[in-house]
Amino acid sequence: MILLVDPGFRAGSLSMDEFVLPVGRIVERSERDWRCQHYADMETEIPVGTEGVIICGTALKDNGFLAAIDRFDWLKKAGVPVLGICAGMQVLCLVFGGTVREGCEIGMTEVHVTVPHPILPPPPSFQAYELHSFSCEPPAGWETLAVSAACVQATRDPHHPRFGVMFHPEVRNDRVVEAFLEMCGG
Amino acid sequence: MAQLRLGVLCSGGKDSLFSCFRAMQEEEVACLVTLVPENPESYLFHTPNLHLVPLQAEAAGLPLVSEITTGIEEEEIDDLSRALAVAADRHGIEGVVTGALMSVYQSTRIQRVCHDLGLWCFNPLWYRDPERYMEQLITSGFRVIVSGVFSAPFDASWLGREIDLEALSALKQYARDFRITLTGEGGEYETLVLDAPFFQRRIAIEESVYWYKNYRGVLEVKKARLEER
Repeated sequence: MILLVDPGFRAGSLSMDEFVLPVGRIVERSERDWRCQHYADMETEIPVGTEGVIICGTALKDNGFLAAIDRFDWLKKAGVPVLGICAGMQVLCLVFGGTVREGCEIGMTEVHVTVPHPILPPPPSFQAYELHSFSCEPPAGWETLAVSAACVQATRDPHHPRFGVMFHPEVRNDRVVEAFLEMCGG
Repeated sequence: MAQLRLGVLCSGGKDSLFSCFRAMQEEEVACLVTLVPENPESYLFHTPNLHLVPLQAEAAGLPLVSEITTGIEEEEIDDLSRALAVAADRHGIEGVVTGALMSVYQSTRIQRVCHDLGLWCFNPLWYRDPERYMEQLITSGFRVIVSGVFSAPFDASWLGREIDLEALSALKQYARDFRITLTGEGGEYETLVLDAPFFQRRIAIEESVYWYKNYRGVLEVKKARLEER
């Protein structure tokens, strides 16, 4: 089972329709089960049977999760692959010691691959959909895989299968989610 | 967090009114917002039967903010911004709901306008599974008719046809055989909502005309009224 974590302002909000369900569709197309859990409802550990975690995005104005980052402490103990999308990448960065600052991109944007990785489209660059008002400085030691003119677009923890992407792969870059799912057990 | 007051961008078709329905389940819908293009070739805002949106707003018991747009591509954004500012001023909206399904072009522009105005932006149908959405539309009590066709293989019999399970089955066949999008996202057909679960009354068409030629046609409603359900 793939756990989709909703960092939105309220459980079951309209943001869930927009940022969680489209990721769920890709998971289904990969013939895997998924379940959605709001971040405020997470326990100290991920549910039994979780083979991978995807922390999804939020609406542009929805940044309340940044003030509740301790609700994501379970990430430190999660032994399964984790993909953070947009808000999810911001969460990963903050939990593991990176920083977040204001930085907005909206719409299709050129993303340059700096370190080729199977999770990303091949170099030199690809088009990706952006919708964020904050951007990330990844934690020390993490590898930057891709950048746009504005900010870091993809990062990974070299010691654990943890990935953050600032763009929304569920829009026109499904393959990123599929490649992540291939790394998950089950 | 308290419920948000939202304005729903409404073209009169299924996607905007289904999004309205979904928004009402989570937040407070304060008004509908519509842009009426002077230019019928509007890039952003659909045109057939936009004149029925006031009747839909009345059926739903919602106020309507209606603004004219030039329909010129670059000016449409300013017109949208103006309409949303009016909605914020008049009805205190804090956010906007759209029926965008997959159009990155449409959603990017609306997201930017909302960002500039400090408004939330929600697209509850974004990348939704088309079959599931269409089935949900029918089973949740919407009454939707086809008000325009713009692609093969639609014949004239589709104009005014209700999208029920039988019509959906034909659309699925067309989607397989003719590569149209099931939802009409690619502009293959347009719809008009006559009844919705949140309408207090429904729309009855009293007089309409249509034109049709070479897989392109429009049903134009000349006269309509509200009736008890």
